[in-house]
Amino acid sequence: MSDDMVLREDAPRLSSAYQSWYRFSRNPTAMIGLVIVTVCVLAALLAPWITPYPDHIGAVVNFRARHLPPSTEYWFGTDNVGRDIFTRVIFGFRVSLLLAVVVLGTAIPIGTILGLTAGYFGGWVETVIMRFTDIALAIPPLVMALAVAAVLSPDLVNSMLAIAALWWTWHTRLIYSITRQLRAREFVEAAETLGASKFHILFREILPNCVSAIAVKTSLDCGFVILVGASLSFLGLGIQPPTPDLGTMVASGSAFLPDYWWESVLPGCAILFIALGFNLLGDGLRDLYDVENVR
Amino acid sequence: MNARQSPLLEIVDLAKTFPVYNAFGSRVGEVTAVDHVSFSIRRGGVYGLAGESGSGKSTIARLIMGLLTPTGGDVLLAGSNITGTLGTRAHSRQVQMVFQNPGSSLNPRRTIGQSVAVPLEAHGHPRADRRRRISELLEMVQLPASFAERYPHELSGGQKQRVAIARALAVAPQLVVLDEPTSALDVSVQAKVIDLLTSLGRQLDLTYLFISHDLSLMRNFADEVGVLYRGRIVESGPTAKVFEHPEHDYTRLLIASVPVISAEEEALRPKIPLIDGEIPTAEKLLALRESQRTIEVPKRT
Repeated sequence: MSDDMVLREDAPRLSSAYQSWYRFSRNPTAMIGLVIVTVCVLAALLAPWITPYPDHIGAVVNFRARHLPPSTEYWFGTDNVGRDIFTRVIFGFRVSLLLAVVVLGTAIPIGTILGLTAGYFGGWVETVIMRFTDIALAIPPLVMALAVAAVLSPDLVNSMLAIAALWWTWHTRLIYSITRQLRAREFVEAAETLGASKFHILFREILPNCVSAIAVKTSLDCGFVILVGASLSFLGLGIQPPTPDLGTMVASGSAFLPDYWWESVLPGCAILFIALGFNLLGDGLRDLYDVENVR
Repeated sequence: MNARQSPLLEIVDLAKTFPVYNAFGSRVGEVTAVDHVSFSIRRGGVYGLAGESGSGKSTIARLIMGLLTPTGGDVLLAGSNITGTLGTRAHSRQVQMVFQNPGSSLNPRRTIGQSVAVPLEAHGHPRADRRRRISELLEMVQLPASFAERYPHELSGGQKQRVAIARALAVAPQLVVLDEPTSALDVSVQAKVIDLLTSLGRQLDLTYLFISHDLSLMRNFADEVGVLYRGRIVESGPTAKVFEHPEHDYTRLLIASVPVISAEEEALRPKIPLIDGEIPTAEKLLALRESQRTIEVPKRT
């Protein structure tokens, strides 16, 4: 077969996005992850309209309805002041997702820029950035959050700050190692000999090849950030009542275990549900990109 | 025709050594990759640089492109010394390179059009004219302009190498370094790519430095050759002369290693003494000659 026969100009072709979607949709666990994440995000966005008692997110007190078990009226039961736990869980998704979006929205650009710079330029630039990253990695996130909560005050913004202040390190290390491998590839050298600027090489040649790894890491990280955020609020260092937060709900409900088990177990299951969704989605994306890289 | 005869590229005493480090990171010696090589390419000519793997061919290409810094010697382009500007944007306007493997020299995540646009962006080609120029370049290498929307994995090896050629020619360079441009391609495709390079060379008045281990391709394509062995040019001259009357044993060995099909070709093949019943390696052959001292190794400057 001659060279020009391989692909004719008018040969039918599927878009690569469609091919990727087809392979992704054949992976059952990845699809479960996607469905869970979609459900959580939609529920969070539409919370005021789909929840039965949207006013229960505030400091509402209804002692006649306290500690009610799950029923058709209160799907997840009620808490110690008589608020609907289902409503508060859905609104809790809002806080969790907001936390994940803000933390990753700051950590990913910072980590990406530092990782690209260190990996491409090498030398003393690499030494400075990567040693600083190593130092930041050595600080336990909970200790950092304790320090931030002690110096400032324990609330949503400060717990975001505390998590984001350390989260960029993982992205820096990831992008750094990918950039190190890509730097030696011929297409980077080709761009150099073509006269392309350093900015072009970093952001137009190397970065597009990091996108799949960033997507996988982001999805997996969403789950972790939500877990860390929930741990912080469980310890009382994060979001303060009455704002509905999954970690805080587990903590306040735990005082009434095991009699009123739904007050902490069901919000706990909600944390499990959303974190599991992001992890399955991330694993699915990783399988997808592994296949594409082998091709 | 004086300008035609004057050399476009002159390589003077070019040298490159790489330091060797031990496991503890201290320097224990050095490897000489390019050992004081000198040659020149006339304007509009095709200079073939032949040699086996590890002979320093690709290192010379990378030195000329500024991907490596020479440890000694000079590079002259059209009479002016450009050693200090190797690898700069000004340099890339005059000298371009086609890499060995188009599968890795094109970014897998960027479309063909985006890849071809890189030199246009880098050298300030007017934005409004870029699409037209990309189509023109693709058509110049006999690809349909619609390929600009495709990704490299949708193209065959030969098509990808044509894209790499189009990209190298985008800024109308004077010299194009071809680093084994066909060795990653099927034999049937190799000839087409070489034909394309020949016609583009004539059309655009290009000067080529053609680096290859494939002597039969070199014989057809280059009008002057230099044979590189262990970082030195052991023989050089017009292609016909070197192939018909090779003076150096290493050159003979290389030519004798080319597979032949017809009896006529077999008759033209230089005779190499067999060691232990097989064609010897370069090291063995040269050691044997050294001990016999039957032929003086021609010393060239």
